[in-house]
Amino acid sequence: MKIAVCIKQVPTREWQPRLTDDRTWIREADASFEMNEPDAYALEEALRLREKHGGEVVVCSAGPARVQQVIREGLARGADRGIHVDGAELGAADGFMVASALAHAMRDEAFDLVLTGLQSDDQGHAQTGVALAELLGIPHSTIIMDVEVSEGRVRVKRELEGGWFQWVAMPTPALLTIQSGINQLRYATLKGIMAAKKKEIRSVTPPAGLTPGLKIVGLSLPSKSKQTAMIDGAPAQAAAELVRRLREEARVL
Amino acid sequence: MILVVAEQRAGALNRASWEAVACAQQLASGEPIAILLPGGGDAAKTLADAGVGEVLTVQDAALASYTPDAQVAAVAAVIAQTTPRLVVMAHTYQARDYAPRLAARLRTPLVADVVAVKGSGAAATFLRPMFQGKLVAEVAPQGDGPAIVTCQIGAFRADGVTKGAPAAARALSVALDAPSRQTVEPPFQEARQAVDLGQAERIVAVGRGIKSQDQIAVAEKLAAAMGAEIAASRPICDNGWLPMDRQVGSSGQTVAPKLYVALGISGAIQHLVGMKGSRTIVAINKDADAPIFEVADYGIVGDLFDIVPAMTAEIEKQSH
Repeated sequence: MKIAVCIKQVPTREWQPRLTDDRTWIREADASFEMNEPDAYALEEALRLREKHGGEVVVCSAGPARVQQVIREGLARGADRGIHVDGAELGAADGFMVASALAHAMRDEAFDLVLTGLQSDDQGHAQTGVALAELLGIPHSTIIMDVEVSEGRVRVKRELEGGWFQWVAMPTPALLTIQSGINQLRYATLKGIMAAKKKEIRSVTPPAGLTPGLKIVGLSLPSKSKQTAMIDGAPAQAAAELVRRLREEARVL
Repeated sequence: MILVVAEQRAGALNRASWEAVACAQQLASGEPIAILLPGGGDAAKTLADAGVGEVLTVQDAALASYTPDAQVAAVAAVIAQTTPRLVVMAHTYQARDYAPRLAARLRTPLVADVVAVKGSGAAATFLRPMFQGKLVAEVAPQGDGPAIVTCQIGAFRADGVTKGAPAAARALSVALDAPSRQTVEPPFQEARQAVDLGQAERIVAVGRGIKSQDQIAVAEKLAAAMGAEIAASRPICDNGWLPMDRQVGSSGQTVAPKLYVALGISGAIQHLVGMKGSRTIVAINKDADAPIFEVADYGIVGDLFDIVPAMTAEIEKQSH
């Protein structure tokens, strides 16, 4: 089985927002980046499916040169090769634009299964995977917590809201967006890191004429919905003051 | 015209559909609103009685149980027939499942997870969280197509819908060109939830900041001293550090206790939607910019491993 995993590179969780002067994007030079966590679960699921059914796992990422780092990390965790859709304009692109760039590079590969994380931790549109399925002309299902593959078909456990689930079946090729927590992640071993250096990353030029569907007019810090009483001081004093106020002011203890 | 796509499951209208109507009313500048209910049924009457605009239904055997293929085909056909300026729906798991495909098919922009609208009419822009809620983006859809907008659950008030004279429901006839490729089984819940966090008066919830499973004991001691239930954000349950039925958030339980203490929880929107209705919210986090502080009544920036044991000791001291 030939499995593609689409991976995005996003700022780390510890990253503190810094904006460009026109406040329409982040200062990428000040950010450090990592693999989008939901995509890491998609990669892990692909590696497990390969272990069970054989085949090949290909990691695909669209973005500027920096995204090769997450492709390389995917290879170190066990993917067989990589595809990099190389375009500076793809770093801040919306979901449909990224999907268009990926579809262009993936169409001729004829993957049996395409996995992505359910959304990215940066722009969080949660659109790229589903739009990619449409562009590739294959069925999809989202927010998946279990994958069963049989000849020409896939049966998946889809998460609904509030603790409900549903099994959905469809023919392959198909695209699935994977929910975090579907499996336990593995990390790269030293051997994997060494092996990754010899694996192929194919560079693809994005198709001409990609235009954004969404324009970011401005970015800002969120406004508070509540007045928060911030309690300062050494830990013991702050803790005592908080307990006092929960008792006497909020009356919840 | 603004088209609202309502959602139903087993004949019951999803309450968030009213929030989408409220959003559409805010966006309309004197233009009519139509509500589409795929699958039709009794819920169409509920919508029509509210009198917010025309109610459209499409009925087809393929729409009896939701699949993305059938839903995209049906909604795309209705959009082609009715040529709305905007399409609005709630940002439910169902919308997340099909709206990106619908937008891709129509080559039209999708503004997802909208928390507020700026302006109305053609000049409206949309606010949506980015970077895990660390930033808010003001977004303008481009091009001429009818942009699709999904509203974050709870961001628009269902009780803020302006109602009028009841409207008739109109059945549209659409041809769904191809059978759905997905086949679905009935929804189910995992082994019944052992804990109903919705009944808890106080909740102590832990997030990534707890760092390891062993250290959850720190939070459990505080919970015991307070008479609180222990809960967690999704990553903690994903790691298996606490059972799934302790999870608060969009994929877990929704709670509104008297007191909610968030320990080392950054406050991603998927968590906030499950707890922001709590009466008093306390946040303890080492990151002063964590979004959890936006909904907190009381906050301490610092190391929870210093602060929480001190709180536990303080409560135990005073209750003796």
